[in-house]
Amino acid sequence: MSLMEEINGRALELGVPLSVHLDLTYRCNERCEHCYLEHDDKGEMTAGEIKNLLDQLAEAGVFFLTLSGGEPLLRRDCFEIIEYARALLFNVKLKTNALLIREAEAQRLKVLGVEQVQISVYSHRPEVHDAITKIPGSLNRTLAAIRFLRAQGLKVTIANVLMRKNLQDGERVRGLAQDLGVSYTLDPTITPMMNGNTSVLRLRIATADLQQVFRNSNLVGDVDEFCAPPGSVDEGMMEGLPCSAGHTACYISPYGDVYPCVQFPLPSGNVRREKFLEIWENSPQLSEVRSIRGKDLPTCSSCAHLGTCTRCPGLAYMEGNMRGPSSADCEKSFARTGIPTANMRAGGRFSAGLGLVQIQLA
Amino acid sequence: MSERYLLRSTAIAARVMGGEMIIMSAKDSTLFTLNGVAMLIWQAADGRTALSEIVKNKVCAEFDVDGDTAYRDAVEFTEALAQHGILQISDGPIPEPPAPPRAAP
Repeated sequence: MSLMEEINGRALELGVPLSVHLDLTYRCNERCEHCYLEHDDKGEMTAGEIKNLLDQLAEAGVFFLTLSGGEPLLRRDCFEIIEYARALLFNVKLKTNALLIREAEAQRLKVLGVEQVQISVYSHRPEVHDAITKIPGSLNRTLAAIRFLRAQGLKVTIANVLMRKNLQDGERVRGLAQDLGVSYTLDPTITPMMNGNTSVLRLRIATADLQQVFRNSNLVGDVDEFCAPPGSVDEGMMEGLPCSAGHTACYISPYGDVYPCVQFPLPSGNVRREKFLEIWENSPQLSEVRSIRGKDLPTCSSCAHLGTCTRCPGLAYMEGNMRGPSSADCEKSFARTGIPTANMRAGGRFSAGLGLVQIQLA
Repeated sequence: MSERYLLRSTAIAARVMGGEMIIMSAKDSTLFTLNGVAMLIWQAADGRTALSEIVKNKVCAEFDVDGDTAYRDAVEFTEALAQHGILQISDGPIPEPPAPPRAAP
């Protein structure tokens, strides 16, 4: 067992929220066609409210803090917030499109000790990337920012969301990441908007294309391992937890709303009305999420993929039942292994195009 | 025997959980957990207090441990942390670094 697994296990045992994803704003200077957010500002927390929240998160034991958005650097106080978070010794990861990062900003992030910067790159071709972000010149600006960050020695990850428009570009983006000396994450995922709008799902790649992606060793690493059929379901899987959402992790919106995860829009409290720890410890919604084990999933508990599926309870919730299947993950399990899931055999939904799987290559 | 002075790095992430401290080095992203004794030493590493004093006044005062053994263990442990940039070690007092510059407007 790795030290990270031990720490996760300890956090689970103690009920500690080890990781929090905090969106500083939903405003953005790109208009990515697959984005799941509405970008209007509906009353973001002030810097003072966020600092107070960070104090509470530190006290609650949060170690990993992801700051994201929207575009977090659109906030004039973003660096002030990062500085405050680092003074509280959080491990800070920043998710950004990097359009606002130049040499001075990269230097500042280095001085503040930000652990990692994750940046979305959709294609190596400006005409494709810029068509997705709807901002002319955005690829060149983003790549320039990555070079500034690397020059400072910062760790950078390129997140490459695959959709119909950029399906052919995954390998070249990975090559670009290698040339830049940064990590690469492939995410063949399009999720519904947080308001429930599913129109963006039309952008998702087809199952046959997903199968091709999953059989490309340049994208997934060891294909035999990645696409291996599931082993037999055992007691540990039946007693297992779906994921860390609500157990050792949660998400907080720019308006202070607490959810089990950024992709699990189950309102569980608001830090403007209650202390974070009161929500974390006493929210009935989080308690319900925490109560669910593999054996409690009516369809998935009888599925051969139970132990290996990337089933996202948040996406299942968006489909109507947090204990139900996430059809996008059914699709991924099928695309990986060729073995239909219990949900598919039962004639369940299998076309929503949801999904959460991320493939991380060094 | 020359004295050793220790200063905690601020280029780390750290949190106490269940009586242990989780620390990640920003230098190489190595993750550590410190037990109670190690945490005591790390927290006392202010750049002004000699390691021998920390061991005598903190470690031996709180834990039932022989002073020489505790000091030898502390030297070994602090050198390991220093290799990962989590502590700075010097044979003289270490001034704290200036606060980082404020955010660009």
